[in-house]
Order: sequence, then C-alpha cells, then structure tokens
Amino acid sequence: MSRNLILGTLLTALFLGAALLSFLWTPYPTDTVAITERLQPPSAAHWLGTDHFGRDMLSLIMVGARTSIAVALVAVGIGLGLGVPLGLAAAARSGGWLDEAIMRMNDLIFAFPSLVIAILITAILGPGALNAIIAIGIFNIPVFARLSRGAALSLWRREFILAARTAGKSAPRISAEHILPNIANLLIVQGTIQFSLGILAEAGLSYVGLGAQPPIPSWGRMLADAQTMVALAPHVAILPGLAIVLTVLGLNLLGDGLRDRLDPRLGVVRT
Amino acid sequence: MLAYALKRLVILALSLAVASLVIFVVVEVAPGDPASFMLGINARPDTIAALRAELGLDLPVHERYLAWVTGMVQGDFGTSYTYRAPVAQMVAERVQVSLPLALYALLLSTLIAFPAGIFAAARRGKPGDVAVMGATQLGVAVPNFWFAMLLVLLFALKLRWFSAGGFPGWDDPLQGLKALTLPAVALALPQAAILARVMRSALIDILHEDFIRTARAKGLSRRQALWRHGVRNALIPVLTIIGLQFSFLLAGAIIIEQVFFLPGLGRLIFQAITQRDLIVVESVVMLLVFAVIVVTFLTDLAYAAVDPRLRGRR
Amino acid sequence: MIPSLVSKYLGEREGQRPSHLSDRTQSDSKPLLEIDALSLAIHDKPILKNLTLTIAPGEIVALTGESGSGKSMTALAAMGLLPQGAEITGALRLDGTDLCALSERRLCALRGREIGMIFQEPMTALNPVQRIGAQVAETILVHKAMPRGVANARAAEMLARVGLPPERVPPTRYPHELSGGQRQRVVIAMAIALRPKLLIADEPTTALDVTTQAQILDLLRDLVREEGMGLMMITHDLAVVSEMADRIAVMKSGEIVEQGETRRLFAEMRHPYTRQLFEASRHRADLPEPRPDGPLLRVAEVTRHYPGPRDGLFRPGQPHIAVNGVSLEVARGERVGLVGESGCGKSTLARAILGLEPVQAGEITLGGAPVYRHGKPDRAVRRRVQVVFQDPYGSFNPRHRVGRLIAEPFHLLDDPPRGPARDAAIAQALSDVGLKPEHAGQHIHAFSGGQRQRIAIARALIIRPELVIFDEAVSALDVRVRAQILDLIADLSRQYGLTYLFISHDLSVVRGITDRVLVMRGGEIVEAGETETVFDNPAHWYTKSLLAAAPSLPRPPGGGPEDDPEPDA
Repeated sequence: MSRNLILGTLLTALFLGAALLSFLWTPYPTDTVAITERLQPPSAAHWLGTDHFGRDMLSLIMVGARTSIAVALVAVGIGLGLGVPLGLAAAARSGGWLDEAIMRMNDLIFAFPSLVIAILITAILGPGALNAIIAIGIFNIPVFARLSRGAALSLWRREFILAARTAGKSAPRISAEHILPNIANLLIVQGTIQFSLGILAEAGLSYVGLGAQPPIPSWGRMLADAQTMVALAPHVAILPGLAIVLTVLGLNLLGDGLRDRLDPRLGVVRT
Repeated sequence: MLAYALKRLVILALSLAVASLVIFVVVEVAPGDPASFMLGINARPDTIAALRAELGLDLPVHERYLAWVTGMVQGDFGTSYTYRAPVAQMVAERVQVSLPLALYALLLSTLIAFPAGIFAAARRGKPGDVAVMGATQLGVAVPNFWFAMLLVLLFALKLRWFSAGGFPGWDDPLQGLKALTLPAVALALPQAAILARVMRSALIDILHEDFIRTARAKGLSRRQALWRHGVRNALIPVLTIIGLQFSFLLAGAIIIEQVFFLPGLGRLIFQAITQRDLIVVESVVMLLVFAVIVVTFLTDLAYAAVDPRLRGRR
Repeated sequence: MIPSLVSKYLGEREGQRPSHLSDRTQSDSKPLLEIDALSLAIHDKPILKNLTLTIAPGEIVALTGESGSGKSMTALAAMGLLPQGAEITGALRLDGTDLCALSERRLCALRGREIGMIFQEPMTALNPVQRIGAQVAETILVHKAMPRGVANARAAEMLARVGLPPERVPPTRYPHELSGGQRQRVVIAMAIALRPKLLIADEPTTALDVTTQAQILDLLRDLVREEGMGLMMITHDLAVVSEMADRIAVMKSGEIVEQGETRRLFAEMRHPYTRQLFEASRHRADLPEPRPDGPLLRVAEVTRHYPGPRDGLFRPGQPHIAVNGVSLEVARGERVGLVGESGCGKSTLARAILGLEPVQAGEITLGGAPVYRHGKPDRAVRRRVQVVFQDPYGSFNPRHRVGRLIAEPFHLLDDPPRGPARDAAIAQALSDVGLKPEHAGQHIHAFSGGQRQRIAIARALIIRPELVIFDEAVSALDVRVRAQILDLIADLSRQYGLTYLFISHDLSVVRGITDRVLVMRGGEIVEAGETETVFDNPAHWYTKSLLAAAPSLPRPPGGGPEDDPEPDA
C-alpha cells in the first residue's frame, strides 16, 4: 500500500467514523445553549473549545461531518446514477442524435455552476440541505457522463467489443457486461474526487446560507457564524475549516492512491 | 478556421437561447405566480394585481419570454421591485467589482500554476516535485472562503497590511486593486493548485510521447524538449481546465465577496434572494451563465489557435 | 542568393566525406561505430549481453530478431537515450569516442549532428502542433549550425531531398495533413538535416504499406550511398533485411547469435535460430486439398460509405467510400484471401459480412439467407460466421476468464449448451487449438500473444460456424509464432473442413494459406483468381506493383524443401 492510500484511508475513516459515531454519542449535546461557556479556547473539558453559544466544538464538528458527508455522498450518487447511464448510452450510439443530445445537454449544465443552480433553486424554494444536494448532484451528472462516454468510446473501438458484437450481443448488454466493469475503476476514482469536491461545494453553499439551515450543524454554517468572531476567538473559525481540509485531503489522497493501485493510466479529471 | 469559429458561434447562440429559456422557466413559470411569490403570503390582492400589471404577467408566457430576451439584448434587464431601480444599472455597478476580481484571480492562478506545474514536471520524482505536489495536494483541499478568513486574520487583523474588507471604488485604481488583492489571492491559490497539477500531469503524459523522443534524437536536451515541444502540447488539456475554472472563479467570487464585504454581484444576489426580488435574481443568473458560455466559446477559439488539427475541421 | 548561402554551409563538411561511395566500404576500413562487448541491464534485469558489432561509413548493417530480442535497446544505447535505471558496461565508440563515457551535454551536441535516428511510428513521431519545416529546421538550429534564414532554406531543401518538394508538400504543412509515408520522410529529413555520419533506423517501414515501404527503403539506401553515412537498420522482417543490408546481425534474447555479410549469412545460417527465423519467414502451411461444395457466401454489389467531414456549417462533405460495389463469392470448403493496403476497404467489407456495419447498397447472403433483414443483422445468419481479429491483446475482455471468453458466441444459439455440456464444449474448443482444458479457468493476461490467438480461434470455432473471417489474424505475431498459427489453421481445415476469408496486408502470408485470392484497392476488387496464378502471373497493374514492392527472401541454401517442419516454440 502506498503512503497516499494509507493516509487517505485513515483520514477518510476518521471523519466517516466521527460522522457515524455522532448518531450514537457526542461529547456534549449540540442543541443546548450555555452562554456562560461561550467562546472558550480548547481545554481539557472542551478539547476543541466552544462556540458563541457555548456549544462544544468537537461535538459540532462531529455532527457537521454527518451533514457534509451525507450531502456529498448523495450528490455523487446522483451523478453516478444518472451520468454513467447517459454516458454509456451516448457512447453506444456514438455520432447519432442521442449522443449529440446528451453531449449538448452536458455542455448546457456546465454553463450553470453549482452555486448558480443553488441560487436558482433557493430563490424559488427557499434554502435547505436538499437544495445543496440537488445543485451539486446536477453538476455531477455531466462530469460522470463525459468521463464514462470518453472511456466507453475508446473501449467500443477495441476488438473484444467487436467480438461481443459478432456474438450478437446488444449494445445495452455489451455496456453492462463489457464496458461497465472495465470503467469501474475509473468511476471509483473519479467518484472519490467528486465526493471531496462535493464536500467543498456543500461548505461553500452553507457558508453563504444556501445549504443546510439551523439547527442542523454544518461546517460551512459554523464558519459563517465564526466570521465576526475571528479576532476574538480564532479557534471557532480555524477548526471547522481544518475539518474540511483534512476530510477533502483524505479523500483526494485516497483517490490518488486508488488510482495508482488500480491503474496509473486512468484519465481522471480534477476541476 | 473561419468555419470552425462560425460553428462555435452558432453553438454559443444556441446555448444562450436554451440557457435563457431554462432560467425563464425556473424563475417565472415554475413557482406559479411570481407576483404573489415576491410579495409573500400576507400581500393584499390589489397589490398583487398591481405588481402583475407592472411585470406584465397578464401577457401569455411566450410573449413574456420574448419581451425579456429582447429587453436584455437591448440592455434592459427590467426594474428591481425592491430597489425601484433599473436592474441593468445595479448590475453594471456590481460587475465592476466581480469581474475584475475573477480576472485578477484567474491571472494569479495561471501565473502561479504554470511555473509550478512545469517545474514539477521537469523534476519528476525529485524533492522539488514532491514539495510542489504536496503543496498542491493541500491547496486543492482548502475551501477558498475559509482561506480568505485566514488571510484576513493574518494580513488584516494581525499585520494590518490590508483592510479586512470593503471596496473604495475605482477612483484610485491602485487602491481598488489593493482592496481586491486578498480576495483574489484567496480565490486563486486553490485554483492554482488544481491547475498546477493538471499542467504537471499533462506535461508528464506528453514527455512520454514519441515526438519528444524524436526531439531528443535531434539533439535537444531534456529541458529544451520540455519547453519547445512539451509546453505547447500540454496547453491543450490545460486550456480546458482554465475555461472551466473561470466559471468556478466567478461563482467563487460571489462567495468570497461575502467574506470581504465587497459590493459585487454576490451581495446583490443574496440580498435579492432574501427580498424575493425575482427580477434581479433572474438577470444576475443570466449574466453569470452568459459569462460562462462566452468563456467556453473563447476557450474553443484558443484551442484552435494552439492545435492546428482543429482548424481544418468542420 | 539563398541557394548560394546554403551551398556555402553545405560545403562545410564536404572535405571529410568520401564523395562517391559505390565502392563498398567493408569492415576492413576504419569503423564508424564500434560496439565493443556492450552489456546493458535495466533495474538489474539484463537486456543486452556482450554485444560486439561494427558499422563502417557507407555500410548498412541490419539488426534483426523477434520482439524482445534487444534490437531497439541497442539503438537507444547508441543514441544515449536509454531509459532511467539503465546500467551499461563495455564501450560504444563513434569515430573512436566512447559514447558511454560522454556527459549528457556532449551527447546532446552529438545527437542530430553526428547521429540521426528514424523511428517506427511516423504517425506519432512528429510534434502535432508544429509545422514540418520548422521541425526539420530545429535540428539545425539546436546545434547552432546555421543562422535561422539559412536553416529554413536548408530544411526546405532537405524536405525536397527526401521526396517532399515544396510545390507539392510545402514546409508550412502540419503533420496531420500528411500521410504516414510522407511523415516518415519528414522524420528522415530531420535525421539527415545535418548530414550525420551515422543513421539509426528502428523499424522504419514496419508501420507502412508495402509500396510505401519500398519507396522509403529506396530513399534510405540512396542516402546512405550518396552521403556515405553508416546505417544501423533495425527490423524484424528478414526479407527487408536481405534486400537492404550489407551485413546482418541476428539477435536473440539480448545476444547476437550470428553475424556476417548478408549473402554469406543466408547461405550458411550457422546458428539454428537464424535458420528457424528464415524458415518461419517463408513458411507455408500444409493445406488439405480444397473441396468446394456449393456457394456459401455471396456479396453482391455492396457499397458502404461514411459521411465525410462537413464542408461548411451545415453542408455535408464528400462521403468517404470505403467499399464500392464489391461482388464476390466464397464456396463452402474454400479458403479465400483478401489482400490490399491499409484503407483499401478490406476490414470494412469484413465487418459488413459479420453484420457489424450496415451497407448502403447491395446484398450479403450466407447460404442464401441475407445477413441483414430490414437493415438489422439476422441472428440466425450471424451464427454461421465468426471472426478472429488482429490484436491478441485487445481481443479479450481482461476481466473475464478464458472459459467465459470463448463461450461468448453461444449467445447466438437459441439453445446454448449449459452446465457439463458447456464445459465439454469449452474443453473441446481448447484442445482443438492445442491448449489444455484447464486453461479455461485462467485469466487472459496469463497467456502469450500466440496462445491468445489460439484462444481467439477457439472462440471463433466453438459454435462451428460455416465461415470464419481471419482479419489480419497473424499480423501482430512474431514469425515463428505466426508459422505455428498458420499450421494450426491448416490442421483445423483438415479436421473440420473450414471455409474462411483470410484478410491480410501481407502477400507472402496469404500465399501460403489460401486457395484463391482477391486483391482490393480503393474500395474495389481489382483482381481475383487462384492464389498461385495471381502471384505468379498478376494481371492487374496494381497487383503487379504490390508484388514488385514486396521484399523477398533469398532462395534457401541448397534449394531446401518447400515447407519445413514446424520450428519449436
């Protein structure tokens, strides 16, 4: 195992574990306010200090991990679930109208950055974690569609696909039986990277108030709340950000490590 | 080349048409009656009726869409309901902050990423490469708005080199630029990290190409081959990323404006959302999408400039 | 004015060069390149062992052998372009200077100026975003041999010298606007722009069609003779070697097993490996007598074209016609060859017969039933034809085991065998092609190229198709493995009375494995007839030019039997 893979797995496991653990137990409750304990620096009682309501930062970060991971995971699921079939269909009908339509739709979605989609949805439906999921998820669709189309196209030209065609197999069957297993590694690696990008995007959306709403704790909101208190208590601004950095770093290292392990020549895109 | 550019231009026009239709449908058709939405549940029927008349909601949907589009083409973005001012004028003021910020950041990002990426590729596997790659790995993971807060903490609050926020306007261009520097750095560094990685891996891929070996056989040193034959070929994938990054930077600029209290499009749009001013939201979103589509078009042209294989095509 | 300037610079070295070199310089004169007990290991894996070889000025020395024999590594060693982790012992002297002892900077000064190199793959050897003239001029400029203006004029002159005159192929062209042969000429122009003393050509014609190959070989020969360069020519093709080289070194697993003057080496062939290569190269399989038994495949007036690149914005361009009104028939039990150069439409035709490409006009029938019914391939007809492709590495899904791979055509049967019957069929198919039933459980990466082609044949035959299409099925194989696969095809013909269409660009292979041959050019069949008749008395000019361009082996020593027993693996 490479260093990337080990460190990446450890960091990812740490935050996944923290998120799962928070369902059962947190050091302190996150929904009670203790004004007397507000903005305390890290101490033995509160390892990571307290926020402006006197809530325990460690507990908040644990619960916040839940939100980030849930949003990003579902968004990746949307991208994989819709993007991959679209990409495979486009590749199977390469050059045809379906391919053209799918690719043009992709280009169109690329013209709407997730923030813009989130703004549009929020303007109509009001803010919420669901908006963030939809906005990030929609943006993931063309990412996976393009990736799987490109990889599938190069496979369609390979002779083993021609052999399957001479065995009379249909395009959907070939896509499922021959193409998908051969691009699975690529999708896993790209999925890891989209996961980490999703966490960053969720944090940004929550920060500007378009994502998860109180009382649901989220890292982006914690940073928004901390902004006016940066000078007073830097730890409330630094720690949630550090949580984001470490999670994203962990996922990226995991992605790189997986790529090197599975196939160093995978054409993963990172934007 | 001309045929290629024309084809891209047609695609640009079509994208704009479809994008405007999507935005129009989402904002003006999906929520039901925009007037009652904007006024909230407690509005009196006669106020709603008045607003409907003002917004021209009595007209059929397709006429409203055409009116909106033709208005935009002529520079008329409608009138903001809350500010009672022409949206075009409000947007024009805000663009003066947001667009320079995005471009400033793009410039910084490119200026940092190119040398870093080339440096790392030229020293693949050596300590210099490992250091640059480690730094970019970290840079990719940092949310720009959080990085902005750290910059404020260090350079504005502790060192007092920059102000913590606000924008003095362009009367004194240097002061304006200075006010945009911390936000631009915050935006640029994470993007630069991504771009440097793309540059490096594109170069490393190209260094394995046969024509690099041909160049070496001609007597070029490793470094000469990298610069003369590697970099221009690496630009092809790098340009794609730069094009994509512009839309990220524009969106990122909207978020960063929140950190630095900059009077840009971001502030405008978030105020408009809280005040349910759909006219402003619609216009600003259209403007952002317009910018992204135009940049995609420019990226396509840049491709053709770099890659002769595209010029003859279509 | 410019020509005079050029000639001034051209004259630079004139004094050092023998002006006329029709008198062959042999090894008795002072060698240009001297490889002295050269050994090479990459990451401790031995690649070359104790190589000793010399090349004199004006001499063509060929390095030959199968893939993995170390030929290309020898070339890269002479260029000082070995991959990282390479450790070298012995000496490589150019004009007395040991290249192994030179610094990278000195080597850079030497490459391009004293040693030029030509590579195998012309399609990727040029920088796609730079004009060809600039790429040739770069050789001159990087060595600061001439001012820019003169260098450009010299580049144009060199391009003209290699057969790309400015009025037909201006130096302002980009590589993608040139054909493969033209690109290889550009590469040659780059290599000889500064008239190096030594030219190294690594499989320079392997990627080219046979007529282009002949032209490039002529060009190289002329250059060597006129400029007095030494040429190290690396090729796996013994026929090319026999026609080009003054001397030959035969390599096997990093060693030179035999070397000597060309004619003498072919006459003596002291090392058994040389003999095996030679015999495999001219191998003809022992086909059973053909017993044609009624028509099977009928292709009538078939046309297949592709939409060309669009001219204007919406105007469709000229369609590219891949197959143009082709008609042919194959009788049951017949073995028919289809030869032609790349792009002649032979693979498109094969795919149309297989039901992979719809045709725009004409009809394809198998045993009277049309392959396409309402534009869709008919399953019942499809199961009567199977295929073996060229690439032993790309023809199999790497994630499946051999058993599953070769059973894939069962999909075409209405009632495919299941359970033990299926396993038995797989075992039978594997033993038919000389493999063991146990191999069914292994993944494809465990097999060599030749074994993979056997597996491909097993896959094609498992449903006992009436017609098999071999699409360049032996083109990617080394000669000795190729001979074995051809023998296998002959054995299977004997056993099952195969009917096949054997598609190849290689005339000598087709000659040994077919009863009848079709020659294809530009989407049309220009000549058809009994294989021996067509090869001995070609009627069409194109067939004649193909046969004339194909390099041939010398007669075997002592006349030798026509077909020798299969060489060992």
